[in-house]
Amino acid sequence: MKILVAVKRVIDYNVQVRVKEDGSGVVTDNVKMSTNPPDDNAVEEAVKMKESGKAKEVVAITIGEEKAQETVRKALAVGVDRGIHVKAESAIEPLAVAKILQKIVDKEKPDLVFMGKQAIDDDCNQTGQMLAALLNWPQATFASKINIKDNKLEVIREVDEGLETIEVNVPAIVTCDLRLNEPRYASLPNIMKAKKKPLEQMSASDLGIDTKPRIEQIKVEEPPKRKSGIKVASVAELVQKLKNEAKVI
Amino acid sequence: MSVLLIAEHSNKELRPFTLNAVTAASQIDSDLHVLVIGHNCSDVVKKVSEIPEVKKVLHTEAPHYENFIAENFTPVIVKVSENYTHIVCSANTFGKNLMPRVAALLDTSQVSDIMKVISTDTFLRPIYAGNAFATVKSNDQKKCVTIRPTSFDPCKTSGGSAEVVKIDAGEVSEVSKFIKREETKSDRPELGTARIVISGGRGMQSGDNFKLITAIADKLNAAIGASRAAVDAGYISNDHQVGQTGKVVVPDLYIAVGISGAIQHLAGMKESKVIVAINKDGEAPIFSVADYGLEADLFEALPQLLEELNKLNTIQK
Repeated sequence: MKILVAVKRVIDYNVQVRVKEDGSGVVTDNVKMSTNPPDDNAVEEAVKMKESGKAKEVVAITIGEEKAQETVRKALAVGVDRGIHVKAESAIEPLAVAKILQKIVDKEKPDLVFMGKQAIDDDCNQTGQMLAALLNWPQATFASKINIKDNKLEVIREVDEGLETIEVNVPAIVTCDLRLNEPRYASLPNIMKAKKKPLEQMSASDLGIDTKPRIEQIKVEEPPKRKSGIKVASVAELVQKLKNEAKVI
Repeated sequence: MSVLLIAEHSNKELRPFTLNAVTAASQIDSDLHVLVIGHNCSDVVKKVSEIPEVKKVLHTEAPHYENFIAENFTPVIVKVSENYTHIVCSANTFGKNLMPRVAALLDTSQVSDIMKVISTDTFLRPIYAGNAFATVKSNDQKKCVTIRPTSFDPCKTSGGSAEVVKIDAGEVSEVSKFIKREETKSDRPELGTARIVISGGRGMQSGDNFKLITAIADKLNAAIGASRAAVDAGYISNDHQVGQTGKVVVPDLYIAVGISGAIQHLAGMKESKVIVAINKDGEAPIFSVADYGLEADLFEALPQLLEELNKLNTIQK
């Protein structure tokens, strides 16, 4: 089996995001960037499948500016075989990302495509489902457990009501939840070795995909601030405040 | 211009967040139609037809709709969508799973998780775990929109009498098969709609210690939430998770116990009306959003809290 894993470069999850004063977006200059956290789970799952002999080759792909290839290098350092970087100038909407991935799937012919269930920057939660639609493949979204059975995948999905188990035919798209596994760290020797692994570059226009946004971002603003609260000295005081001041109990 | 809302239901009952989605959808345009896709779901269809905002109900029934598989739902939605300018549904796991599949086939860039309808093509939505709000305008002819249910009030459930139109079922997908669903059954209010939520974090130290939370939830008729750390540690099941990738809750009262307040958790609860934080670390970020902070050991504070609540006789059930 061959697995394609899609990874995205985003502002690190520990960074307190700040909105630009002119309302044009959020501050990204001199801000720590990392791989989108659930994309790390997608990479880990693919690498584990390779280690257990279920997958023959794992290819990581990212789409974005020059520095986005750092996310692919990181994937190569934890066991991915080779990388693809589709260069694109600015932020691309999930629909265009899905179309680019569709082209890569046509070329690479993977049996499975893994990615995180949601990117923590735009919080869209769309790309995997859109790619599945474009390819007419089944989709196993929000996966917290994956078992390969013959030529099928049994996937446990995290849904609002609890857990759901589905079985999908291969080829399939899987979008990964943070609970799927514990992503490993790359060792220094492996980081060095990863620099020698192949990383192919191309651009969205080479693939014939129009990445022009369909959604205009009119402005970005800070959410309304909460008024600052108080510290209470005791449980008794807390209960009195909740009853008499906030009137919520 | 007409809006098509995809109803979320259990075949027996309408899921409550569909009512919030109706409110949002009717703000986009008053010509609101609801599509009910299911199996043996005529009770749901009847309920939907009684919602005053709903002008027409489209109903399609087939065995392959029983378990809400997106691969089965999508063809019929795509077909029906010809007559509509907007396709909408709730941004919970049902809608998140389904809508992008529809949008891609309609070649539309979806607008996810809207908090406000500004005009028929312009919406407010949270980005970066709610640390920024973006106003976005969709330039696609047909718009696919998912709705953050807690940002809209539920609509009324009676007084209407919409026409019900039966439509043909779409094709069956063979590539995806439902096996089972493990739902956590509880008599408590649902996390997403509860008036009071009490949540535990890593500070609870074990699943067994959640009984301290449960006792207070029973007393207050509250739903029980959790941070991702508590779910990851196996203290409690995933359906309790509040946060960026879990559930978003907006109760009147949110009590965070032993939760440090990571950005990802705050994303799911900081719009709550009143927030209480109980944590022994006075520097924990949760205190920055708390209206009332109590710096204390939760293992002492929770039994005291139960005792104090027992002294009150005005607890609303």
